[in-house]
Amino acid sequence: MPVVELLNKALVAELTVVDVNGQLRTDPLIPFWDGRSILMTSSMLFSRKLQDIKRNPRVSVSLSDPVGVPAQPFSRATIQGDARVIDDDLHQGWYRLLPLWEAKEPIIKTFLKPMQKLGLPLFWERAIIEITPRRVFWWSDGDTSRDPQITELQEPEA
Amino acid sequence: MKVSDALGRLENYSHAVLVVPDERGYPLSVATSFKIVDATVEIGPVSTGATVIRDTTSARLVFSHIRPYPGVGYDQRRYIELSGALSTNPAAWTFSPSAARGWDEQELSFPELCQRAIPQGRRYLAALSAERGHEVKPQMGLGWRLFLATRLPFLSATIVPVFLGLAAAGYDRRFSLGLAALTLLGAMAVHLGLNVANDIFDTLSGVDDVNFTPTKFSGGSRVLQYGLVSLRQMVTLAAVFYAIAIIIGLVLVAIAGPGLLWLGVAGVLISYFYTAPPLRLVHRGLGELCVALGFGPIMVLGTYFVQTGHYALRPLILSIPVAILVMLILYANEVPDRFADAKAGKRTLVVRMQPATVIRGYVASVAVAYLIVIAGVVFGVLPWPTLISLLTIPLAYQTWKGLKAHYDSPYQLMSYLGKNVNLHLYTGLLLVVGVLLGILVRR
Repeated sequence: MPVVELLNKALVAELTVVDVNGQLRTDPLIPFWDGRSILMTSSMLFSRKLQDIKRNPRVSVSLSDPVGVPAQPFSRATIQGDARVIDDDLHQGWYRLLPLWEAKEPIIKTFLKPMQKLGLPLFWERAIIEITPRRVFWWSDGDTSRDPQITELQEPEA
Repeated sequence: MKVSDALGRLENYSHAVLVVPDERGYPLSVATSFKIVDATVEIGPVSTGATVIRDTTSARLVFSHIRPYPGVGYDQRRYIELSGALSTNPAAWTFSPSAARGWDEQELSFPELCQRAIPQGRRYLAALSAERGHEVKPQMGLGWRLFLATRLPFLSATIVPVFLGLAAAGYDRRFSLGLAALTLLGAMAVHLGLNVANDIFDTLSGVDDVNFTPTKFSGGSRVLQYGLVSLRQMVTLAAVFYAIAIIIGLVLVAIAGPGLLWLGVAGVLISYFYTAPPLRLVHRGLGELCVALGFGPIMVLGTYFVQTGHYALRPLILSIPVAILVMLILYANEVPDRFADAKAGKRTLVVRMQPATVIRGYVASVAVAYLIVIAGVVFGVLPWPTLISLLTIPLAYQTWKGLKAHYDSPYQLMSYLGKNVNLHLYTGLLLVVGVLLGILVRR
């Protein structure tokens, strides 16, 4: 599936959430795909998006950058979905993403050495953002002026 | 970030992402091309199929960039988010920005960004604690917390003068291993007490809270800012270290004689009032002098007195170069801290002086440290092998070069601050070796 390929290759995606005032707010994050959901991880230092998602789970993820998404052939996608914050174990819970993270950013393992972690301990207290896709827009050649292929996935449960 | 400033930076981005709310209440983000026309951004129309993008005042235009770095990950992270109004006039889609935010790691380093984000991290933990009905804290093992809170690696500043005092006593044919161990333990306790007390008072005065560019050599341990240790625990820790120091000091006074008492009292008072009110010596530009006295003559002479029962000129002369070099650790470490220090009213020497003067002061101080060793040898006070301490001159030269080149770059300066710590350590240890070699040469 081309969008899965994009997710697997992407070093950066733009995550948009709806903030407490109903305004949109976008941050770049590394996306991961576990076969069911888009996963991202956020330090509690940059946790405003986590608080926003807890209030309003509707999010959008765009895979837009030809450089940051080095998939061949290049295409573009936007995924709208419902996000959930997993923060029951800020210290260890996110480690399950580490193999996926390390595959995209190999240096991360170096920063996890105890003496390195001491430099920025709060950065390593992290939550997982789990996004269940609801609608996928895919522009096969990356040209977003053309109509995308749209895939509707299951609707949120009432 | 000002909108005009943000618009001026957009040429550094290859594409934009238009973000709007859709009719179902989801955000919808779509990549597009862009060009700046006056104070607006003209964007390429996008198609989202049946979901029609309409005019809105709640649009965002996002610009994001990274450079992939194979085998590492990526670098050159930067992004800009413009808030504003979208017009989908068929002639041209235009975005009129009204606000902007963003980050460019080449202008604001990632570590500094993290330090600035600490209040948000604390707010999140507080919200989680309220949600769960119990306190949620960042986790770190007790050993690591103690390591951080006490700034254990800086004990080299204590070990060097104590060893120097012991070497000087040995040169005068007096040495007791038990007293040496007790002295070292007491001196370390004062130093650790000082480190912890320093963090407490720098947090209470707000200095550490507004320091966004701490390094491992400056800006305190930050365990309080990180919420790893409570203020109460830090106070207890400082009290325990000072109690140990005072008890050991009294035992040593009882053994070595009352002549040690005034030196010990001076050491503890200088250590405590270094940052503690009402004196807050470091806030008055006296920090360097206090550190020089405490980790120089007081420790060297005190150690010597414990072993010999009297004071002498040789340990005093030996103590001056290490006093100067330990003072220079503080002095150079104040360079990255200077803005936070100034903001909190901590008027250190570095805050008070111009960069060129600070650097000249560094060079002059190092020169004096070496000249005192040479003069000590010339006048027969120090054994000639102590001249091997001059071997560290290249290290001093490198530190000076680093200070000059990276005065305004805290994180690039860090490795030179490390060299400066080593300058004190190696020079001090070479002086110890020189004195011990002097014993052999004399025989």
